[in-house]
Amino acid sequence: MYRLISVMLILMVGMGCARNNVETINIAGSTAFQPFAEKLAEEFMAVHPDVRVNVQGGGSAVGIQSAQSGVVQIGMADIVTLPKEAEGLNSIVAAKDAIVIIVHPTNKVDNLSLQQIQDIFSGRLNNWAELGGEKGEKGEKGENKSITVVSREEGSGTRDSFHDMLLKGVQLSPHALIQNSTGAVRLMVQSDPSAIGYITHGVVTPDVKAIAIDGIAPSPENIHAGKYNVVRPIFLLTKGELKGKAGEFIDFILSPQGQKIIADNGLLPVK
Amino acid sequence: MLKPIFYEQVMKRILFIGTAITVFILFFIILYILKNGLPVVDLEFLLSSPKDFGRAGGIFPCIVGTIVLTLVAIIIATPLGVGTAIYLREYTREGRLTSIIRFGTECLAGIPSIIFGLFGFVLFVVYLGFGWSILSGGLTMTFMILPTIIRTSEEAIKSVPASYREVSLSLGATKWQTIIKVVLPSALPGIVTGIILGVARSIEETAVVIFTAGSVLRIPTSLFDSCRTMSVHFYILAREGISMENAYGTAAILIITILLINMFAYWLMHRLMAKYS
Amino acid sequence: MKYRENLIQIGLLLTALSTIAILFLIALFILHEGLPIILKVGIKGFICGSHWSPQQGHFGIFPMIIGTVWITIGALLVSLPLSLSCAIYLSEFSTTKVRAVLKPVIELLAGIPSVVYGFIGMVVLFPMVRNYFGGTGPCILSAAIILGIMILPTITSIAIDSLQAVPYSFREGSLSLGATRWQTIRMVILPAAKSGILSGIILGVGRAVGETMAVIMIAGNSVIIPGSFLDPVRTLTANIALEMNYATGDHRQALFATGIVLFIAIIILNIIANTIARRGVEK
Repeated sequence: MYRLISVMLILMVGMGCARNNVETINIAGSTAFQPFAEKLAEEFMAVHPDVRVNVQGGGSAVGIQSAQSGVVQIGMADIVTLPKEAEGLNSIVAAKDAIVIIVHPTNKVDNLSLQQIQDIFSGRLNNWAELGGEKGEKGEKGENKSITVVSREEGSGTRDSFHDMLLKGVQLSPHALIQNSTGAVRLMVQSDPSAIGYITHGVVTPDVKAIAIDGIAPSPENIHAGKYNVVRPIFLLTKGELKGKAGEFIDFILSPQGQKIIADNGLLPVK
Repeated sequence: MLKPIFYEQVMKRILFIGTAITVFILFFIILYILKNGLPVVDLEFLLSSPKDFGRAGGIFPCIVGTIVLTLVAIIIATPLGVGTAIYLREYTREGRLTSIIRFGTECLAGIPSIIFGLFGFVLFVVYLGFGWSILSGGLTMTFMILPTIIRTSEEAIKSVPASYREVSLSLGATKWQTIIKVVLPSALPGIVTGIILGVARSIEETAVVIFTAGSVLRIPTSLFDSCRTMSVHFYILAREGISMENAYGTAAILIITILLINMFAYWLMHRLMAKYS
Repeated sequence: MKYRENLIQIGLLLTALSTIAILFLIALFILHEGLPIILKVGIKGFICGSHWSPQQGHFGIFPMIIGTVWITIGALLVSLPLSLSCAIYLSEFSTTKVRAVLKPVIELLAGIPSVVYGFIGMVVLFPMVRNYFGGTGPCILSAAIILGIMILPTITSIAIDSLQAVPYSFREGSLSLGATRWQTIRMVILPAAKSGILSGIILGVGRAVGETMAVIMIAGNSVIIPGSFLDPVRTLTANIALEMNYATGDHRQALFATGIVLFIAIIILNIIANTIARRGVEK
């Protein structure tokens, strides 16, 4: 019994000391940028085997807080305007991200005006028939199905940006379904023929249909040309100038190689 | 007025149907996951690292993460839990103190995991500065599984016949010697069951792990590394729609693991019971 | 020798007190993080307020309390008939062998990760609910079904244990007086096992109230007071897990305050369970 416990203790202590001279960079924050940061970290570590980059999600608030408190060297945030909690942090725009409105692929609607979007998300308009869709996306029982609005949770960077850029002060309908990640919103929309939601452009798949706003489709060309302008910045937040490997990592993200990784996976490069 | 015998037959049928539905649901869930998940499971899936956020490749780091996190929790929780049970059963009489401790244990058992998550995040990750790490996750998990271990150990110790203790004490053994040499060995099956239940709980937990151990998809090399358990991996894959195939595959491995653990626990229990009875 | 024994006793006392210490620590941290906002909004405003938009400074969690209650009741309605019949059948009618196989099999349900339940709810249950009942899929009904299944093993397993704990002589006595088996169960065994079964049910309620991930995936998470069982709702736990990632300042405090409400609710549930159990023992 004693022997077992002591062996285990030694094992644990051994594991605790096993962090040899490898430099660790901790990054946390925006879930929208997290997969990109992981990909970038993978590439960076391939070149720098003496560095470990730990990427955590958590959300923009976690990114800001943990950068402030020093838990991480780099925080990620994906909000149009940084909140006052981010005061005193260095902010670097690493990429830009378009937000698109998605519906079920069988939905006949391809285009919505800004006014219609606001009406749908506020709950004033709740039938696809009024929007040129099929005489109401019919439910199985043949009744007119109302629009299912899917939104993100309060505080989400995507939601804040969506509200800032499209809803412009219009209140979201309380009946909207709330999902706490981009993927979850997409899953919800692809499984419900009468649903509408919004996600970042980088993760749109053929399972959902991205629709045009005021006639401008969120095609890569339109986004790159700046015509489709529902775009938000992605910030990297640091406490002061970063030196050493963490600084190198940021340089890597901003380098042509890093920016190419970002562009290849669906975000907009800044350079 | 129905005849009692007839009534009994009706009730028996109803109860049987209820049981059948329950068992059907269980098999449906297990078979559904296995049917969708097993096709992607092979040795490579188990032993290789994920690529492309988990879209391709295997789940090896998640398996390691799950094992290490669970080990940390069990190693800390077992002595604490068994010690508490010994104290409650062998060293005190039922009284105010024991009822307070028992009540505390029960409350701890009932606290939603999300609250453990909040607490672990504030205390270990932020306040003590462990960051998202196996240590933070393991310690938080310890608190979660402690009540289970206490309760099952207590039951096990309680069921050791008093005569065992009397014989040992009358042979001149001290109380502690009696406990170590006589009581604990005969209570071992029950204690092991408690530990196994704790293992199962820490394998299945998601919210707490995300809040305290993070979700870094890499093989951890120290206790201060973050890790991603299989449950968390499944959650992220399925929730973000990254790869349904790999999500099902992970779930299949999870369910098989839980199955094996439970079977092992029962086997162990029977073996030990046969040995001591 | 005596000295060593005393030392061991003190050490064990300290370990035994650790659970109390942990409970206090949790209470302390949650209160420290969440109490300021409750004091700012007022207890009544926080618990009875029905407007939740933390970024505009509205912190009312009443809809979530209602949501939690509805889902929990629904889960019990789904779970109780199944788990009780399962427990009574396995304990009183089936052979020992069947019980020895099926009880661990049912307990296995408890080991399946809640996220797996949530996921099955999304892919299997949503379309069914949409087709047969209407609505969008995520709603009280879906959540109640999934949670009901999730708490099945807890209630079943504890109920079997308490039925089995009824001394065999009770059954023999009743049967020898000419009662049928069902009469024996209804008049003798169930009353004797009542307190155990009740505390199992309360544990199940605790699990339903505390479940987080599965609920987030299947309850829809809208902050409304539901008008029907096809409306989406948000539970207290879901509120915390949904918004914690992005919350700062007052918003963050409000989520911890949600945790306080949950914590107190669970403690009260436990006190009830404890009282029932004690009454059972006294009887």
